[in-house]
Amino acid sequence: MTNKPPAECFEPERHELREGPAYIFEVSRRQFLETAGAGLLIIAVQQSAEGQRQSNGGGTLEARLHIGEDGRITILTGKVEEGQGPRTELAAAAAEELRVPLDQVQVVMADTDVVPNDGITAGSRSTPGTVPLVRRAAAAARELLASAAQRENRALTYKDLARSPELAKAYNAPLPEGVSVTPAKDWKLLGTPQPRMNARDVVTGAHHFPADIERPGMLYGSILRPPSYGAKLVSVDLDSAKKLPGVTVVREGEFAGCAAPTSFQARKAVQVLAAAAQWKENEQQPSNDALFDYLKSHAQSDGGRNRPQGKGDVDAALARAKTRLKATYRTAYVQHAPMEPRAAVAEWQDGKLTVWTGTSNPFSVRDQLAQAFQMPAQRVRVIVPDFGGGFGGKHTGEAAIEAARLAKEAGKPVSLRWTRAEEFMWAYFRPAALIEIDAAVDENKALTAWDFVNYNSGTAAIDTPYRAPNSRVRYVPCDSPLRQGSYRALASTANNFAREAFTDELAAAAGADPLEFRLANLDNERIREVLLAATKKFQWADRRKTRVANRGVGLACGTEKNSVVAACVEVEVDPRTGAPKLIEICQAFECGAVLNPLNLQSQVEGCILMGLGAALREEILFDKGRLKNGRFAGYRVTRFRDVPKMDIVLVDKKDAEPVGAGETPIIAVAPAMANAMFAVTGQRVRSLPLRAAPAKA
Amino acid sequence: MAIFRFTVNGQERKVDTEPERPLLEVLREDLKLTGTKYGCGEGQCRACTVLLDGKPIVSCVTPVRTAAGKRIVTIEGLAEGGRLHRVQQAFIDEGAMQCGYCTSGMVLRTAALLDANPNPTAAQVIDALDGSLCRCCGYPRILAAVRRVADGKTRAEVRHD
Repeated sequence: MTNKPPAECFEPERHELREGPAYIFEVSRRQFLETAGAGLLIIAVQQSAEGQRQSNGGGTLEARLHIGEDGRITILTGKVEEGQGPRTELAAAAAEELRVPLDQVQVVMADTDVVPNDGITAGSRSTPGTVPLVRRAAAAARELLASAAQRENRALTYKDLARSPELAKAYNAPLPEGVSVTPAKDWKLLGTPQPRMNARDVVTGAHHFPADIERPGMLYGSILRPPSYGAKLVSVDLDSAKKLPGVTVVREGEFAGCAAPTSFQARKAVQVLAAAAQWKENEQQPSNDALFDYLKSHAQSDGGRNRPQGKGDVDAALARAKTRLKATYRTAYVQHAPMEPRAAVAEWQDGKLTVWTGTSNPFSVRDQLAQAFQMPAQRVRVIVPDFGGGFGGKHTGEAAIEAARLAKEAGKPVSLRWTRAEEFMWAYFRPAALIEIDAAVDENKALTAWDFVNYNSGTAAIDTPYRAPNSRVRYVPCDSPLRQGSYRALASTANNFAREAFTDELAAAAGADPLEFRLANLDNERIREVLLAATKKFQWADRRKTRVANRGVGLACGTEKNSVVAACVEVEVDPRTGAPKLIEICQAFECGAVLNPLNLQSQVEGCILMGLGAALREEILFDKGRLKNGRFAGYRVTRFRDVPKMDIVLVDKKDAEPVGAGETPIIAVAPAMANAMFAVTGQRVRSLPLRAAPAKA
Repeated sequence: MAIFRFTVNGQERKVDTEPERPLLEVLREDLKLTGTKYGCGEGQCRACTVLLDGKPIVSCVTPVRTAAGKRIVTIEGLAEGGRLHRVQQAFIDEGAMQCGYCTSGMVLRTAALLDANPNPTAAQVIDALDGSLCRCCGYPRILAAVRRVADGKTRAEVRHD
């Protein structure tokens, strides 16, 4: 096995570790040890924990690492696994520091009774936030072992350490400041390709996703949903459904649902409820046709943290400019549509509630449950099995609360799985965006003024990486007609689309090549590097000169979450429909030192193709409070047939701290395609999804 | 309610249930075979793929009565004696999963394709798999896994029927 560290890595070195004061985590410790068996629990001081637990002298004490008597290492984290790879990444980080093979490490994730609160799994924070904590805890354990071995004057293994708590307790001096972690240049495991560690369970069907959790005597739930957004339940007859065998019916305020021995029976019972339900619908819901006017007319006054950011005198610079351009960009609401819709299994026992559910925010969902049922958070336990995708869309606990309400009434565990139709309609959306840009360039092809305003969708990547002596950047929140929330890379999917498409417009106005114009105005060396890497690999200069019928090339770049991306694309536009097809993409991406090139490749590819879906077709259509395309048949996500030729350049910066990679690679594909469509048609395409006007007959 | 008999992963099974219940739910809830996934409930994503008499079907829109007397293979029945099917091994080797929720359907579709056509062209692979949705968009790695099996690069070799 190539990744097995050489024997000398096990040799003891020096330093010590204090076993933290056990009473702080008495409950966690006991419960964890019940499942993990006896052994040594390493409680590390963490200076930058995102979670909030018992604090001690500025750091947070967290039970982070357990050494079993069999020598198995368990890492504890509040992060979740929803497909971006933190489970394997954290295990590899620990194994690297501990100098053990990867299969000696397991990771317990997101069980609120057991793990430290590492906050939400979002914002590409697991890599820069949690990986260092695990590395430090593991390095501390390694040094504890080394110190013990030195004191004993014999070779010791982690097994020996775990079996001899006296041994560990004998070295209870405080953890030294700045335990040294292994620099990237010396990594043996990190930086090498690692398949997902529970991949075997996934390919055999043995892994239990939240929808697969089974509890003794468990019932299945179904919820009565309103016919439209904002509809109020006026009356509902419960008696007919209650007469069905084995069915529990609950109504409390706007909540109505059933639990039954099978999900088929639960649905039938809800159909009985629905047949007799009276609703008062909200007639004021706008349709997507009027969306952007609606957003602008329902803009909230800006101020506070949304106040304009900028410098210089934008208005004066614009007024005196010789070359000034204005444009408006629009992006649609899109749905995350993870393959596993929201699911939860809730079980009440002795006044304590346990919920297995798919959420990126386990501790917040625990608190939401505590609030919903007016009980202390300590009596609520949320367990998050590795679940079927989120993309920012599962930060909330709707299914958990609904399952718990049904389970409370039924007196039995209840599994509630949202249907696809429910997931489309009642999960929150990526915000639609209206973006207005007004900018000027001088005769030297330099940007002189930049005025950028985003209505409704947010601030991610709203700042321009291009030099502009006079700039003003604003985000204006609006009263969104649809429920909206986080999405992969947040608003950067809109802001970078608008900025990069508009940058091509400016380049054209200045008479410059898009690459030349960007390089001349960029203020960010890392973006410059990926832009050069992508354009070189793609042979941008040559291919821009080459003419192919109905085809053209485009490029775009950007930064968000401290990583950088650039893409070159070739696009074909159907002259009859104006619809684009992505023929080829070459994308360069840099996120510091690469931890797992296999997973990074997969994330970059997945982001590109997810971004392609929103570029090609994804758009939520709605009218009178109803979705018009809330199903896969009407809402076309990326599929096999859409996959272009892909060329991914991973720029590995061994001397830079690793940062997250599950989001930013999504932001370049759409603007690069819009720019390529201009090269084909001579028309600017300023909306997502992208559609050129059909050519005249 | 009515009694239906069929073979699941080589075993004779009997269920007493509503004839119109989706096969998916009978597999998951009655037989506790949860490796088969619900994705959309209308045959649009293929997460619920099982093999019925060797052919891939969408079990979410297949009433249980139509499976009576037939042979069903689910993802749990693909490995034999702890030995992975070559398609399962290829998915691991190529990192062909992100969240993994679509994986069982993808693996079964691939196994059925390669049984019928051991050396498919790239276009034939796309034709066979298009419509199997992966929202993580792990398509390139899945295609690499299919290609790895088609090129005979995995050692495990178990036929499923």
